[in-house]
Amino acid sequence: MLRAALSLLALPLAGAAEEPTQKPESPGEPPPGLELFRWQWHEVEAPYLVALWILVASLAKIVFHLSRKVTSLVPESCLLILLGLVLGGIVLAVAKKAEYQLEPGTFFLFLLPPIVLDSGYFMPSRLFFDNLGAILTYAVVGTLWNAFTTGAALWGLQQAGLVAPRVQAGLLDFLLFGSLISAVDPVAVLAVFEEVHVNETLFIIVFGESLLNDAVTVVLYKVCNSFVEMGSANVQATDYLKGVASLFVVSLGGAAVGLVFAFLLALTTRFTKRVRIIEPLLVFLLAYAAYLTAEMASLSAILAVTMCGLGCKKYVEANISHKSRTTVKYTMKTLASCAETVIFMLLGISAVDSSKWAWDSGLVLGTLIFILFFRALGVVLQTWVLNQFRLVPLDKIDQVVMSYGGLRGAVAFALVILLDRTKVPAKDYFVATTIVVVFFTVIVQGLTIKPLVKWLKVKRSEHHKPTLNQELHEHTFDHILAAVEDVVGHHGYHYWRDRWEQFDKKYLSQLLMRRSAYRIRDQIWDVYYRLNIRDAISFVDQGGHVLSSTGLTLPSMPSRNSVAETSVTNLLRESGSGACLDLQVIDTVRSGRDREDAVMHHLLCGGLYKPRRRYKASCSRHFISEDAQERQDKEVFQQNMKRRLESFKSTKHNIYFTKSKPRPRKTGRRKKDGVANAEATNGKHRGLGFQDTAAVILTVESEEEEEESDSSETEKEDDEGIIFVARATNEVLQEGKVSGSLEVCPSPRIIPPSPTCAEKELPWKSGQGDLAVYVSSETTKIVPVDMQTGWNQSISSLESLASPPCNQAPILTCLPPHPRGTEEPQVPLHLPSDPRSSFAFPPSLAKAGRSRSESSADLPQQQELQPLMGHKDHTHLSPGTATSHWCIQFNRGSRL
Amino acid sequence: MAVGRDGFVSQASLLRLHHRFRALDRNKKGYLSRMDLQQIGALAVNPLGDRIIESFFPDGSQRVDFPGFVRVLAHFRPVEDEDTETQDPKKPEPLNSRRNKLHYAFQLYDLDRDGKISRHEMLQVLRLMVGVQVTEEQLENIADRTVQEADEDGDGAVSFVEFTKSLEKMDVEQKMSIRILK
Repeated sequence: MLRAALSLLALPLAGAAEEPTQKPESPGEPPPGLELFRWQWHEVEAPYLVALWILVASLAKIVFHLSRKVTSLVPESCLLILLGLVLGGIVLAVAKKAEYQLEPGTFFLFLLPPIVLDSGYFMPSRLFFDNLGAILTYAVVGTLWNAFTTGAALWGLQQAGLVAPRVQAGLLDFLLFGSLISAVDPVAVLAVFEEVHVNETLFIIVFGESLLNDAVTVVLYKVCNSFVEMGSANVQATDYLKGVASLFVVSLGGAAVGLVFAFLLALTTRFTKRVRIIEPLLVFLLAYAAYLTAEMASLSAILAVTMCGLGCKKYVEANISHKSRTTVKYTMKTLASCAETVIFMLLGISAVDSSKWAWDSGLVLGTLIFILFFRALGVVLQTWVLNQFRLVPLDKIDQVVMSYGGLRGAVAFALVILLDRTKVPAKDYFVATTIVVVFFTVIVQGLTIKPLVKWLKVKRSEHHKPTLNQELHEHTFDHILAAVEDVVGHHGYHYWRDRWEQFDKKYLSQLLMRRSAYRIRDQIWDVYYRLNIRDAISFVDQGGHVLSSTGLTLPSMPSRNSVAETSVTNLLRESGSGACLDLQVIDTVRSGRDREDAVMHHLLCGGLYKPRRRYKASCSRHFISEDAQERQDKEVFQQNMKRRLESFKSTKHNIYFTKSKPRPRKTGRRKKDGVANAEATNGKHRGLGFQDTAAVILTVESEEEEEESDSSETEKEDDEGIIFVARATNEVLQEGKVSGSLEVCPSPRIIPPSPTCAEKELPWKSGQGDLAVYVSSETTKIVPVDMQTGWNQSISSLESLASPPCNQAPILTCLPPHPRGTEEPQVPLHLPSDPRSSFAFPPSLAKAGRSRSESSADLPQQQELQPLMGHKDHTHLSPGTATSHWCIQFNRGSRL
Repeated sequence: MAVGRDGFVSQASLLRLHHRFRALDRNKKGYLSRMDLQQIGALAVNPLGDRIIESFFPDGSQRVDFPGFVRVLAHFRPVEDEDTETQDPKKPEPLNSRRNKLHYAFQLYDLDRDGKISRHEMLQVLRLMVGVQVTEEQLENIADRTVQEADEDGDGAVSFVEFTKSLEKMDVEQKMSIRILK
């Protein structure tokens, strides 16, 4: 059935292939006037065919993956080669000649770079450099060894008469063949090893070798090729020396080209703040430029791209926005996967073309045996030497996998196609042998390596989520080892790595990273950040109920023994937030029914999509507008957050009511909601300062305003979403220091009646009458702005009665944000003890409160729009005094 | 020639260490003082340099002799297969066992030697490790999170058991070893 489907797919292709041959007849005829319909196949032919091939390959991939059983047993590369064979057969049958080939030009210029870039860019650099010694040994010594032994052994085979005499080849020809057949192929290795999850060290050694041996392969190939072309008689001693020298030139030159472009790339992305949209493009362009430059200078292009990807990643990732990072990642993966698919398929198709073949069993069998044997021998010998120097020796099982994992692939095929038949008379035999070797290694070895790995019980890679502890301790260990090496007086690997890191910190990063990106560079911070993001995402995914139901279990944390959640002390300990110290709230025993109600209420409240915000004109080319789904997600997220703010409000709100009048039933229910939510707010101990990502879109202008002053942390990364802030209660209350702002949220300065510019940037501040909350970045505090202003003003109005107004307005702007945050939660506690609080609440308070209780839960939006204690009402009461009394309030707060 | 009491370190490394010891001991006192170690250039820039120097001087002593010197460094000897195979239960655990390696690292955190890494101690380490770009408040958040992550009994501090547990997936034997100390 599969076959039928594939042949159906192939038919239009085959038909299309015939098209151009018929076409040329038509231009000769005079044009018959205006055509209503014109068929211009030849104008689109080339790109159309390319697109079709990729489409076919992609569809084939989908088909393969329909059955999990097949793909778990057979590597994709095998399936693709087989598919290629089938397609090639069909094309051959229909067109009577082989139409499509894996052209070396196409392969080296278009298909190979994405794969190499992908592997270089996503190479785990630490692991790579940790094993660099082994990788280099295998890549250089191993490849040389393989090339020479295989070539020499084949020549010996010919001398022994086991290769048919029609294979006209001398020692040099065999060496040339050996050099091209000896290199382990990165594409094949990657394709197979990605599915076999061997441990990281083993993978990086095999894979690193396959990438780095390109330089050796290229040199060997070129040297041998020129020797063959010169004829062995004309080769002089200096040529051999030149050959050795060119090894260094090609490899080091390639690496240098790559590093130069990595530097350029990192530097360029430093300045793309206002044109985020081209960031991914820059990455691809410069990497490709590195490849082409190296190719142009006939240096090792693979090495260049690998080094470019490896070198730039750290800085580029720090510089570009989160969205660009995702784009780069996926585009790279897509391109690489496409290229890989096409390569394997074309390999299969190329093999069908028997006109280029010439079979010689002796040669084919001999090559197969020799490459396997010498690879194994080489690995064993090199490993033996390496193990004398390695901290963790490679054991026998590793060596077996390494020998067996030496897959040959498309590079060898492309190189053998490139041979000149006039100079290398045995080319056809070599082509056939290469095809067999590639097919054998990819199909037979690719098929069997998985069972082999299982059978040998090779240590598999285990993926575990990073934890802060591991990250921190790993860094400590590094420093400890570097220090111990210092003490011992041996300047080894750790010493130099430490040195490099210091150099990088001092100079390179300063130069290549924008200042706001520094913290991303710090790995501990990075892990912390990612953990937070993950928590936030899973929190939002679960509709916020993780927190409200069990106090708090952040998903990334190891689950701890559940504590009685009603216990106040436990809750406070668990939550560790200073947000809600109101014992009354926490103590309230909830009935199951109430809770259910609350849950349902919140679900509806949070889950319903209410278009609420206007977006910037959505058809700009320079800014990506979110699609509806994304916007909706965002909306839901905000609703979630808003709901929590609501609950905060309502919690307070109830307290006012306990003092004013018996609670109507609805308020009671709201209170329960509040309870559940207060817990959420406070269960979410690690405090939540959040700025919705949507802010980006709205803050573009403000970013521009600040562009020059990007020294400060107020520069906003548009991609930073959520920051959970963890903090212990007592710390919050005791430390009255000026806390540095999170760079995500602008530092919560005092909120004067007129919004600060930081506030203006906040999305919810942008529209009048929009949700009037202010999310502070400290402690737990999601403190609604209207609450704050309302509360502060009510206090100040009280004070205005009790004490003369004092004019300290200027202090306002420089007051630390902290007191407000801490003062806020304490309000309920301190209120009763305050003699002035027995004073009747301003009418505005009571009124607003009542209106809230009446409007109740089913009108959440309206509630938001009605600030609890509005400015308007208040200014009637004490016009002009409100502002001047803020500071009094704050000072008091800090004393508390 | 002074010889380390624990014969775990091979003769060759012992010689090398002794050579180094004498080079560090500037006025041939026969012991090292803090000053001697502090003069190692690269150690000064190491964020943990001071703590590591301190670890050579247990219980506030002012000098470390050669056996003491070797004993500290023996923590970093790679674990070899025969070590684990011929484990004699009567013998004390070798200094380069996983547990002892971890304990050495733990000591560096635990400044007040109360067997626990408090939040404050964690913060101090973080301050050393994380660059200046991260603000103090963020550091505190990270410290909190780190402690919470490892803290299992909820005492707000990381005990050695919890410390070990938080690293159980890490290849400590490999990451806390230096090849030349074989």
